[in-house]
Amino acid sequence: MYEQIGANKWKSGLMMLFFLAFVVAIGYIIGLAWGGTSHPSYAFIGLGVATTIALIMSLVSYYKSDTVALSVAGAKPIEEYLNAPDWKPLAIRYDSAVEGLAIAAGIPKPAAYVIYDDAPNAFATGRNPQHSAIAATTGLLSVMNDQELQGVIGHEMSHIKNYDILLQTMTIVLLGTVILLSDIFLRTFWFGDSDESGGDAGWILMIIAIVLAILAPIIAQLIKLAISRRREYLADANGALLTRYPPGLADALLKISGDTKQLRRANKATAHMYIVQPLNSERGQRGSRFNRMFDTHPPIEDRVARLREMSGDFVPVQAPEAPVGAPGQ
Amino acid sequence: MWWLWLIIAIAVLALAFIVFLFNKLVRFRNRVENAWHQIDVQLNRRADLIPNLVETVKGYAAHEKETLENVTQARAALMGAKTVGENAQAEGMLGQALKSLFAVAEAYPDLKANQNFLALQEELAGTENKISYARQFYNDSVMAYDIARQKFPANVIAGAFGFKEQREYFEPETPEARAVPKVEF
Repeated sequence: MYEQIGANKWKSGLMMLFFLAFVVAIGYIIGLAWGGTSHPSYAFIGLGVATTIALIMSLVSYYKSDTVALSVAGAKPIEEYLNAPDWKPLAIRYDSAVEGLAIAAGIPKPAAYVIYDDAPNAFATGRNPQHSAIAATTGLLSVMNDQELQGVIGHEMSHIKNYDILLQTMTIVLLGTVILLSDIFLRTFWFGDSDESGGDAGWILMIIAIVLAILAPIIAQLIKLAISRRREYLADANGALLTRYPPGLADALLKISGDTKQLRRANKATAHMYIVQPLNSERGQRGSRFNRMFDTHPPIEDRVARLREMSGDFVPVQAPEAPVGAPGQ
Repeated sequence: MWWLWLIIAIAVLALAFIVFLFNKLVRFRNRVENAWHQIDVQLNRRADLIPNLVETVKGYAAHEKETLENVTQARAALMGAKTVGENAQAEGMLGQALKSLFAVAEAYPDLKANQNFLALQEELAGTENKISYARQFYNDSVMAYDIARQKFPANVIAGAFGFKEQREYFEPETPEARAVPKVEF
């Protein structure tokens, strides 16, 4: 368990570093090609401008991320469900789980929200543990048993504790920077700025820059998704550590992925936040390894396998052997 | 004279490092204290739920006097326990009494359908979980403090400044608590 947590941590750190280096490199090359040998400083100006714009856009989304995410998903505060006599026992169970796991994690209790939907799913949001929230669907609350529910909440709690939403915002800033840079460069190039850049060396650089400008957004997107998947594994491992019971989360993941009801208010923009990919169109065997690089979440079989690996000593209890012949024969 | 400045710089850095380690040990030690007292918070919440539970059940199953009284008595014993041994015993009694109470409640379908009772059942189960999580977090805090204390070079500082083992890991107090519960019908 601890080994998996450690491995996931340094792997995602490495990916972030690579992403940063990648963005700086792209910015530099594009800026260089843009300005040519006559304006080498363009490289840094371009990078600076793009980063500033992306940063401003992201700051707004960062500070409002929890309220926006919750209202897009149609999440209601848990008090509504605690005050409804029919829902009270389920709501109490959910609330107790959130509070209990916050105690286990040593962070302040996140606000609990409920989404009225049959499809079982959950997500966590908020820029730091002091301003965080967890939302779960009524489908999840009714279908999961105690261990499974705590497994799911543990996973979400780990996302909050690991500042994954902050990390996500940072990757979005980086991605935005790359997209902006490539976009601006391609546009200005198209409108013939090339008389400014001089020399033969400029041609080769131009071609490299154009190819990169086209490919860079895709590559950046892939890096962002790889980081997102790695953090999902980390949240699984940390969640299992919180509950000290990996099979709970494993069973919950199988239950959720086995359910094919479509979560009503999920869309591509919010899909990445949920514990399991909510959009049925994005789920399932997508075939080639190339396709799978575009997934926001790791494949369920993989996640379950890693959790079972952690369980180690838990021996699955086999059913007793069925006797031959019907009773009474 | 440059070597003098170098020595001073190294000395300052070393001092800063020592301060950093010292403060880290202080932080971890206090977290252990906090975590220990948080367990009591949860235990008190459980104790507070019980009178409400007894009243609700009384409303439907008034003649189950013995079972109800067992619960009340066990709670009183737990609140009055002074030593660790008494505490463990009282906890065991309370656990048994609650189990009997819920078993008895099975025979009263009106009670089982009562919203209040269902809510209380969930609250109690939730509180038991929270007590477990609080103990787990306490153990984690002890582990973090012990590791910080024993790592090199912090162990040198820990010895010098008197960071001793603060508290022990939480253990079940009686051998019975460790044994697998016997299920008898």
